[in-house]
Formats: sequence, structure tokens, C-alpha cells
Amino acid sequence: MIAVEVKELTRRFGNFTAVKKVSFSVRKGEIFGFLGANGAGKTTTIRMLCGLLVPSSGQARVAGLDVYTEYEQIKKNIGYMSQRFSLYEDLTVRENIRFYGGVYGLSRAQIKERTEELLSFLKLHEQAHKLTASLPLGWKQRLALSTAMLHNPQIIFLDEPTSGVDPVSRKNFWLLIYQLASEGRTIFVTTHFMDEAEYCNRVSIMQDGVIAELDSPQELKKKYHASNMQSVFMNVVKRAQNEPDSF
Amino acid sequence: MTAIMNQPIRVENLYKTYGDVNAVKKVSFSVNEGEIFGLIGPDGAGKTTIIRILVSLLRADSGRISFKGRDVAGNTAFVRANIGYMPQRFSLYPDLTVDENLNFFGDLFRIPKAIQIQRKERLFEFSKLAPFKKRRTGQLSGGMKQKLALSCMLMHEPQVIILDEPTFGVDPISREEFWCILKSLAQNGTTVFVTTAYMDEARLCDRVGLIFEGDVLAIDTPDKLLKSFTGSLYRVGSASPHTAYEKLQNNPMFVSVDLFGDGIHITGDQALTVNKIKNEMERLALSYSAVSKIHPEMEDLFLSLMKK
Repeated sequence: MIAVEVKELTRRFGNFTAVKKVSFSVRKGEIFGFLGANGAGKTTTIRMLCGLLVPSSGQARVAGLDVYTEYEQIKKNIGYMSQRFSLYEDLTVRENIRFYGGVYGLSRAQIKERTEELLSFLKLHEQAHKLTASLPLGWKQRLALSTAMLHNPQIIFLDEPTSGVDPVSRKNFWLLIYQLASEGRTIFVTTHFMDEAEYCNRVSIMQDGVIAELDSPQELKKKYHASNMQSVFMNVVKRAQNEPDSF
Repeated sequence: MTAIMNQPIRVENLYKTYGDVNAVKKVSFSVNEGEIFGLIGPDGAGKTTIIRILVSLLRADSGRISFKGRDVAGNTAFVRANIGYMPQRFSLYPDLTVDENLNFFGDLFRIPKAIQIQRKERLFEFSKLAPFKKRRTGQLSGGMKQKLALSCMLMHEPQVIILDEPTFGVDPISREEFWCILKSLAQNGTTVFVTTAYMDEARLCDRVGLIFEGDVLAIDTPDKLLKSFTGSLYRVGSASPHTAYEKLQNNPMFVSVDLFGDGIHITGDQALTVNKIKNEMERLALSYSAVSKIHPEMEDLFLSLMKK
């Protein structure tokens, strides 16, 4: 089953084309890594897929829904977490969850049920009554993930979720991601940590608005005779930078 | 005496709390002239607090920081005139162009116009931002913004520069470029004090301090730090590293097990061997592609120090 399907997706800003005829698809339950240099077009693509930005041309379906016409439905079917966790620092953990439950339009009973489920899943029970401001970053990150999952989305977009987080919390976060994927959820993740690219089932590397590479980390390493994804990334991006610019 | 007067930064028993959070706990280290000193640790380790005390934006509860032999607390003007400080959050004017931002910082430090022009040319050489002179700063990519922020700070040619996580959220290629610039500044005698959460940037520093939850765990050259790693380290390649990790993490045969890219790292005592690991993997019916003894990387060391 296909969770995200993109065909020749394009977005222009004035005379600058940020995303140029990009095509790919993501399977249900897949961990899909979305890599690229700053300014390569990753965020623009994600915003179109989340129903936040209308494409200039091309097609995209997320959870079977059309980004042009069914964007409100898309928002109900996806979870989104960014590196700038949008948590209220002076609310407690439980209050943040309740607040986002309201935002997602859940009933009181649903909020109560989901809060308990998420606190258990993320092992945040002991912190539930603490102010968010007092939590270490690794826990804030787990809380941000839980608020993105309140409405039980089948597709989760994670935009640099681990930037600045300590190595232990970073690894624990990835174990959570594996668990979500094993439940059949689709994970669409961007990162600048190349060791995290290794954790993905497939990885795409964007460069200047196009997808320069898309394959499993194993195949990409074979293709570039590289021992790790860091050197694959360097190879792909530098090769693209050395090619004459198209305009 | 002159040695102390020349020592760019000396931190002694620094202590700072916010309410009941101990942000910095008795931290001491010094930064020598012309070196790149990296303070490396995750968010919340205390890096920014130390920097804010150093640039006299914040007072320590106890302990002190000296800049070229003078206590920063009583010498605000002296410190600010002689350092370049690049804060963590982007602080340039998004509505000004690249060129206008550079002029603004030149004027702020009262650099004569003629000299500003010369310096801008030199800064464009390394930043490669000349083609974007007329572009508004808000329209630059993340890596370009960081290079511009660095350039603005260098307009008054400070001898000591302090950068708070300059490569945060920057892609690997731009990070590499940014570090090349820092290297060339240090080669020309500039002292560089930089913080980062990226463990792999440690090897680019002359000396590093590893910091976690307000404590400095270790300070030394990257080579010596890596040599201080105790125990023997093995890498197990696996198509499903998280499964291997989950099955092995509490195994009494090993000191520690960590997830690492396309495999796991196992730390053991001297008695551990490749064959013992292979046998254990086979006993537990875990698949693996290769088992080999490896040299630790900074992240291995950091993890082992964190767990102590």
C-alpha cells in the first residue's frame, strides 16, 4: 500500500523554482529519509505534502488524499513534528497533551484515553505533572512527538526531530520510530545526522529542487563505494554542485 | 605574567543555577592563543550559559572567567571591544541585503569606510557570498546565513572569536565549508572558541571539552581523548540494528551496547573477542553481516563518559 505518492511535483516562488518535477512514493510502514543540503527544497516539499502550501503543478496524494483539494483531510491523517517543538513551556506535560487534543478536535473522553496511552508509550508518566520548561530536551522531544500523534495518524512527518539532542536520547528516539513503523505507521523524516540516514529503509537526497538519489542506504553505499552515508551524501551533493547550473 | 595576560580565556570553578536547575557546575578550562577550542555537548549541557557569562551578558553565581587576564565581570567594555561573538540564534537583519548587513556591522564598530571596503572583499573571498551581495538576508539558505553572520562578526577583526553552535541545523556540506573557514582563521592567529552538539566536529578542533548536564566530562586533544577510551570496542554490522540492539542491550556479556547507523557498537572487557560475539549472535539467532574490532569515535567516548 502506498502512503505518499508524488508525481512531477513542482513549486515556484516568483521566477525561482524550489521544487522541480519531483516524483517518488513511500510505502505504508516505511521509514523514509528525506535528505538534502539547506535550501535544496526539502521544507517546501514537506509543506506541500502536509497541505500547508499549494503546489504550482504536478500531483501528490498523502494517505490517498489529494493535496490540492483534500488538504484539510490530510491534516487529520498526518502527524507533524519539527525541530522547533511547538510546546507551551509554562504548561505541564499533561496540559500540553490536553491542549493539542483540543486543537485536533478530540472529545474529552478521547483526550483522556489517548493521554494515558501516550504517557505509557513514551514513558512520561512520572513527568506528567511537571512544567514543560523544566524537562530535559530529550523528554521535550518525546512530548512533542506525543502531541503530534494524539489523533493517531498513520503518517508522521518528522522535520529534523533530533537536532541538538544528546546521543542517548537520539538513539532512544529512533527506537520509538522503529516501534511506530512496526505498527504499520509511515515515517517521513529529515535529518542532518548521516548515521540516522542509515536507520531508514530508503533515503532520498534532494539537491537544487530535484531528487538526485533515492534508494536503500545499502544500495547507495554500494553504488558510491562508500563505507557510510556521510560519504554518499558528500559525493551526491558535490557531484551535483559541480555540474553546470541549468539556468 | 605575560602568559596570563595573553591567555584569551580562562574559566575557573564557574557555577550558575537557574532556580533549582544547576546549569553549570564548577567548570574550569582555558583556551590558548591561536587554537580552536571546542566545547562539545548536547543542548542543555551548559554551553550557552558559559558563553553568555564569558561575553558578559550574564553573571556567574560563583567562580570567574578571565579574558586576557582580566575578570570579564568588571571589564565589559574591554571584553566586547576585543571579541567577536556569534550567538546561537540568527541575529542579522533579514530585511537588509548581505552587503547592507556587512556595512551595518562595520559602522557599528566604527571602521572607516575605506577599510570596510577592503575587509568586505577579503571576507567575500572565503565566504563566497559575493554573488549574493544584493540578496536580502532573509532569502539566504541556512549555511549562507551562518557564513554571513561570521563575516559580520569579523568586520572588526577580533583576535578572539566566540561562536555558539554555528553549525546547528546546517547540512554536512555547509558544515564542512564553515569549518574550513574556522581553520584558516586559526592559522592566521585568531583564537576560536566554538560550541557544537555534533560529536564528529571534535576532530576539527585542537582541543575539546566534553560537557554534559553542567559538568565537563573530559578536556584534551581529540587524539588523546580517544586514546583514553577504556575497554575494547566492536562493531556488528546488521540489516536490522535495532533488533540486535534490543536483544543485546542488557546482555551481561557486554559492558554496553549502542545503536550506531547500520550496526551496533559493543563495548566489552579485555576478554571479549570477535568469536565470542559471533557465537552469542548465533546463539540468539540474530543475523549479522560482520563483526570487527574498531577504534572508538568521539560519540563512543561521550556515551561511555555520560553513563559513568
